[in-house]
This record gives sequence, C-alpha cells and structure tokens, in this order.
Amino acid sequence: MNRKPFAITLDPDSSLANHTGSWRTMRPEYHDHLPPCNHACPAGENIQRWLYEAEEGKYEAAWRQIMEDNPLPAVHGRVCYHPCESACNRGQLDEAVNIHAVERFLGDEAIRQGWTVAPGAPTGKRVLVVGAGPSGLSAAYHLARFGHQVTIYEAGPQPGGMLRFGIPQYRLPRKILDAEIARILSMGVHLVLNRKVEDLEHDIQAGRFDATFLAIGAHLSKRIEIPGRDAGRILDALSFLKSVSSGEPPKLGRRVAIYGGGNTALDAARTAQRLGAEEAILIYRRDRAHMPAHESEVEEALEEGILTRWLRTIKHIEDSTLTVEEMVLDDQGKPQPTGRFETLEADTVILALGQEVDTSFLRKVPGLEISADGVIQVDETLMTGRPGVFAGGDMVPAERTVTVATGHGKKAARHIDAYLRGTRYVKPPSNPLATFDRLNTWYYTDADQSKQPLLALARRRESFDEVVGGLTEETALLEARRCLSCGTCFECDNCYGMCPDNAIIKRGPGQGYIIDYDYCKGCGLCAEECPCGAIDMVNERR
Amino acid sequence: MVTQRIKFYQTGTFTVGNRLLDEASRTVQSRMDRTNSLDSGHRACQGCGEALGARYALDAAMRAAQNQLVAVNATGCLEVFSSPYPESAWRIPWLHSLFGNAPAVASGVAAALRAKGRTDIRVIAQGGDGATVDIGFGCLSGMFERNDDVLYICYDNEAYMNTGVQRSGSTPPHAWTNTTQAVGPSPGNPPGVGKNLPRLAMAHGIPYVATASVADLHDLEAKVMKATPLRGARYIHIHVPCPLGWKADPAHTIKVARLAVESGLFPLFEAEYGQVTSRTPIRKQVPVERYLELQGRFAHLFGDPPNREAIASIQAIADANIQFFGLCESQKVSS
Repeated sequence: MNRKPFAITLDPDSSLANHTGSWRTMRPEYHDHLPPCNHACPAGENIQRWLYEAEEGKYEAAWRQIMEDNPLPAVHGRVCYHPCESACNRGQLDEAVNIHAVERFLGDEAIRQGWTVAPGAPTGKRVLVVGAGPSGLSAAYHLARFGHQVTIYEAGPQPGGMLRFGIPQYRLPRKILDAEIARILSMGVHLVLNRKVEDLEHDIQAGRFDATFLAIGAHLSKRIEIPGRDAGRILDALSFLKSVSSGEPPKLGRRVAIYGGGNTALDAARTAQRLGAEEAILIYRRDRAHMPAHESEVEEALEEGILTRWLRTIKHIEDSTLTVEEMVLDDQGKPQPTGRFETLEADTVILALGQEVDTSFLRKVPGLEISADGVIQVDETLMTGRPGVFAGGDMVPAERTVTVATGHGKKAARHIDAYLRGTRYVKPPSNPLATFDRLNTWYYTDADQSKQPLLALARRRESFDEVVGGLTEETALLEARRCLSCGTCFECDNCYGMCPDNAIIKRGPGQGYIIDYDYCKGCGLCAEECPCGAIDMVNERR
Repeated sequence: MVTQRIKFYQTGTFTVGNRLLDEASRTVQSRMDRTNSLDSGHRACQGCGEALGARYALDAAMRAAQNQLVAVNATGCLEVFSSPYPESAWRIPWLHSLFGNAPAVASGVAAALRAKGRTDIRVIAQGGDGATVDIGFGCLSGMFERNDDVLYICYDNEAYMNTGVQRSGSTPPHAWTNTTQAVGPSPGNPPGVGKNLPRLAMAHGIPYVATASVADLHDLEAKVMKATPLRGARYIHIHVPCPLGWKADPAHTIKVARLAVESGLFPLFEAEYGQVTSRTPIRKQVPVERYLELQGRFAHLFGDPPNREAIASIQAIADANIQFFGLCESQKVSS
C-alpha cells in the first residue's frame, strides 16, 4: 500500500489494487447458443454464420460457408421449403429473414463469378454412388472433398433426379441446375449416364468400390384402382412432369383434373395450365388447411387460376365423366364419405398420390433390409444391413424433400469417410437452442422484409419462365442485415460499453471479448443487455 | 438531439458498437482506446448507473477536448466510491473539495486557466442530484449567472444514496426513501414538491442545457461532445438508476433507465439560451407502470388494491412531458 499523507493527490488507477471480483456471487460467461434457423435446416447449414459474412458484403466467404454443408445453394434458394424461416426468431418480431432469397442470390453470384471448390487430397479409396439426384450429388461432392474417387451410376439420360424430372422449370431453371451439377463434376466426380444398376454386388465387385451410397429416390407413382369403363386419359404426375421436362409433353385436352394435394399435384396442375389446358382442377380428399403441399406453392397456384374441389374423392370414371364423392373431416382430420355424389368433366386425369421406391434391384443384396412400405432400413450412420453400403434421400424413412436428401448426402459422406478410414464419425454436440426469450429485441432496428419480385400473372399462365425473381445485391445485403444473430455474439460492443466496472476486455475485430473476473462484480448488466443472448449468468463456484 | 439512425442495419445505432458502421460513426465507448476515465476497482455497487454515466460522459468529453480536461467533483457517491484513501479510480485530472462548492471550485479553476492563458483545457464540474439540486444550488446558480466557462454534469439518481437513501429535491413523487416512508395517507415522497433542474438551468439563459440517459449512449455522447468545446456555462443532466436506492435488480439498470425515457417520465432534450432546440423522440411508448413496477421504491403503489390514483398522477406527469416536448411526434430518420 502506498504511504501518503491524508487528503493529498492519489495515484491514477491505484484502485486496481481493489479486486472487486470478490463481491461476485454470479458470473457472466459467453456461451453461444444454436440459432433456430441452423437447428431447423435439414442440410445442416450454418445459416447465421453465412448471413454474418453476407452482411459485410463478403459474398464469396458467405457462399463458401454454405458450401461447407450444401453444394447446391442456387437450387436450394429456389426449391427448398425453408424450414429455417418458419423457425426464424425475427418472425416473432416482424417478419422472418428471407433466408432462401439471400441463399439464392449467393448461389447465383457464385455461378456468375465462377467460384469453385477444390477436392481433397486423394485417399485412393473408390466410392460408388447410385443415383444422381440431390442426395447422390451431395454425397459425391462431400466425398470428393474428403479426397475419395467417386463414380456415379445414373439410370436416366441426364443428372439431377427429381430436381430435373420432378420440379418444373418455372421453379428451377435448367441452366441453374446444370451449372451447379457441372461444378460438382469438375471436382473429378465421374458420372456415368444411362447406367442402371441391376446387380449391385456385381457392380461393386467389378468396379472395385470400397463403399457404396444408394440414392435412387422414389420414382414409382402410387396407383389406386378407380372403377370405370372406357376411362379417358389417365396419367401419373411424375411421368407427366418427366415427359414435359424431356421436351415431349403429352396431349391433355381442354380440361385437366389432378388428383392429390401434395406439391407434385400442384406442380402438375400448374404445368398443365402452361401447356394450354383451359381448366386445371385440383381434386383433393381433404381441405386446403390439410394439404401436405407447401403454403407458398398453394398460393402461387391459386393466383394462377388453378381451380379446386376440396373434400372430394374420385369414385368412378367413364369416358371423360368423373363421379366424385363429397367428404367430411372427422375429429382426427380424416376424410369420411357422405354418400353425396356429383360429376365433373375432364379430358385427362393426372394422379398425384405419392411415390414409392423401386427396390427390385436390391432384393438380392445380402443383409439389406426392406420394410413393408418399400423403404430401405438404415442405422444411425445411414448404413444398410450390408456393410459398406449406405443409403439416403427419398429411399430411406424420412421426410421427402430436396433439402433432407441433400442433408443425407452430407451425413452419408461423413460416415462413409469414417468407415473407409476405419473410424467412426461422431457428431459434435449442439449448443442449447437460442430461443426468442433470450433476445433483447430493443436493440434491433425495425426493418421490413425485402420481397422477391414475381413474374406477371399473364406470363406465368402461358410460359415456363421462372416465376419468382431474385434479390438484387442491394436488397440481398439489407435482407442479410435483418438477421438477429440469435445466440451468437456479433460484436455489438454492448457488454464492453455497458459494464460499470470496465471488466470486459475488447480484443478487436473478430476476436470477441474476455471478462476480467478480478473486477467483474457480477451485476448481470452485460447478460441483460446482450441483444442476441450470448451471455449466461452462472452461479459462482466457491 | 438527432443522432443518425442507420436504418436496415442489423442493430441500427442502438447498440454500443456496430461493425457495419465506419469508425467515425461509432461511439466512444465502443473504442478500444477509450480513456476509461473511471477505471476498475472502484467501490460502486453492482450495476451502478452513476459509475456508468460518469465514464460515458467523461470519456466522451476527453475525446472532444483532446484529453485536455480537469474535473471537479462534489461530495457524493461518485466521489466516495472512486477515491477511498489511498486509492483513486480516476485516470483524469480530478479534484474534490466539499459537498456544496463544486460549481464555485470549477469557476475558480476556469478563472485560473484563463489567467494562465490556457484556453485549450476544458473544465467539468460534476455531482449527484443532492449536491446539484439542493446543497450546491446556490453556487451553481452563480456559476450560471456569471456564465463561467464550465460544463456542469449532474448524475441524477433521485436521492442521497451514499448516506443511506434520503430524499432530495430530485426524488420523484410517491417514491419511497428512508425519509419518505411508504406509510400514512400519502405514502412515499409527497407529490407537488421538488425541483426540475434542467428547466431551472434553462431559466438562467445559459448557452447550453441538455438531458441524457445511460440508456441512450449515442444521444448522451453526442450531447457531451457538443457541449464540451462550447464556451460559457453549460449544463447536462444525466438520468442514472441506483439499484440500491431504487430497490431494483442491478442487471436492470439500463432497462429501468430506458423505460423512464420510453414512458415519457425522463424527457431527452436540448436547449440553447433558454429555448428548447431539439428533443429525442420516444421510440416505443410504454405506460409508466412498466417503469415503476421494476422498482421496490414504488412497490407500495402495486399492493392489493393498487394505488391507481397515484399511478394515474405519475402517468399524467409523463403525458405532460410528452405533450410539452413533442416526444411522440414522428421524426424523419435518415436511411
């Protein structure tokens, strides 16, 4: 202690001898929490992180962050049903961040700029991927990044699977799909087209493959028996969409009825209208609220003038006359017949009742288990009962979306890589969820969502031009900046600025902060005023 | 005070820092090289609003004065917790004399500097509401009248906290203090007494008067940086919650201050030569209950049944402020 006469000049900063941290009963700690968007993403993207990069205009860095998890950003920015946005905390404040629109901007920018990803150092291992849909392409990409030599056998004449043959061009222009597939193939992935696998064991032996990933999707349309005589034209939705995509659209006639309530039914209805059908009528056994189709697609279809007959099942078809029965929903939301019938006219009926997996070529594979509903059984590593053979996408039990399939591709690639190295991939534990109540929303500026432009209705009804437009660089930047960065420090300096005891040390851009526990009194101001909820107060251990 | 609000940015300019803003537009507090005029190791309570307000104001003044600054401190919490013998938490030239004479001492410092021809050194006098509104008011009024070249900053925590929470001329109506107990027919501080010092300062016609809050750092810094280089008598009144005397959670210091502003109970404005020249609009207006219910000193208003009459009279004060200063008029924000 310094010895000075009383009431005389004291040395500056001599208070540092007084360690006020000893007063503390609670201590603040920086803990990142899992943003709800990341939590909801079936492809496991770190959305908060790539929005953070995009906010600063670092578009390439943002795109590379997406590419850590998903090799098809321009595709997903268009066709993913963005569960991230349903989970987005900003939705409880004003409107969710338009995440998919920013992703699409970044994906398109990458195509414009010709950004590429390098494959990993060669491991000498060979992997067979069966099917060039989103799941197979995703697996091939990630396996190539691990350095494995990948060969894809695709039964069709072109790669893309459902992306090409199931999703109409007005939702996903082919030049975008082609560009993203070409980028994967440029990493040294070997694609063999028109190569159907009939005998898997034989192909594995003959190709000297060390592991296999099956991702053939679900391409068989479900059928139902509808009684009738001299029934008019009946098509299944997938074959219909596939023939349109292949440039050989069938003749439909003036009135087209589509039977089903899923996304494929809507795609078929909208496509039929674009091909010149004067009326496209959707017939569904439940009502709009119970349709499995995504809300935005239903809205777009209704805008385009698609007609609907909710609560109807087709009972009988004779020539071009459909007899339909009216249904009511019971307490469980299940449709029940009423005994009331009516008739409709349709030149063509398109059945969109769901899809099944064509597992015929797998029956002979030893150990491989196929369940009663026709999907392949896999363990938590996506490996089938046959060691070294993995499966993912629509052919395994899961929600059937492009993004789930893409996520399976990444997951399978990680487990295949571990399998080939004789180890096991263990997913790192996730942080606890960053819930809305952790946020201090006072600090966020009010900002309306940036909307994507829509093609004029008249042109939508008669052309296959893309319906939804992209954001400009300016609007994409503003949209990225609407991110609340839930649970993840974005260096706003609130803790540093608001500590009454200067007990928070700022380390500089990108370096975050540390707490000086010699002086922190544990008041909790920093945790209370942290906008994104990245600080926890925990009991002091004594 | 109109500070630039950056629209569309992730957090606008409401947070202390913002990596998307250029350096010049960020706050002094967000800078790694801020002065830290009042440093760690001081003995203020957990979550002290006054310690925070003093660092905010003095760091901004140091930057505005290019580090040529002298601060004179009245007796009070700020003086006691920052300089218990033999320690000092100050990193600026700082002196303390008596409870009631800080404005007079500062006037003397300013006169001495003028005599020495040191026009570059700025003088700040500071104290709590007790020293300013009550004990030192005579000296302060004189300093204003002579238009001495001093910036006086009052950190208003609405009672004598250092000596154990006694009522001051700045204690709001109905608030509990140790000398205005929550008993009898009109519990707490009786309504209709006390002084509004910012308006008293305005009545002196001095060059600059402003109010500020620890809850709005950008506004506070802009006012201090504007006032520091001005010549003549200047006065800034800063609202600083006291967790101890207000019986509030130390973690809620900023929140409570923010609700005082957003309810209209603590209007933020600037005045020059006796005329109001700007006001900071309320962003999201809240009823006064939201402010009162976080503080134990108003707990007796929320008993069973609640004292609706008293709450309504406090709401009337907020409404009058909003009306008088035009706090809810929408103001164009620059994008």
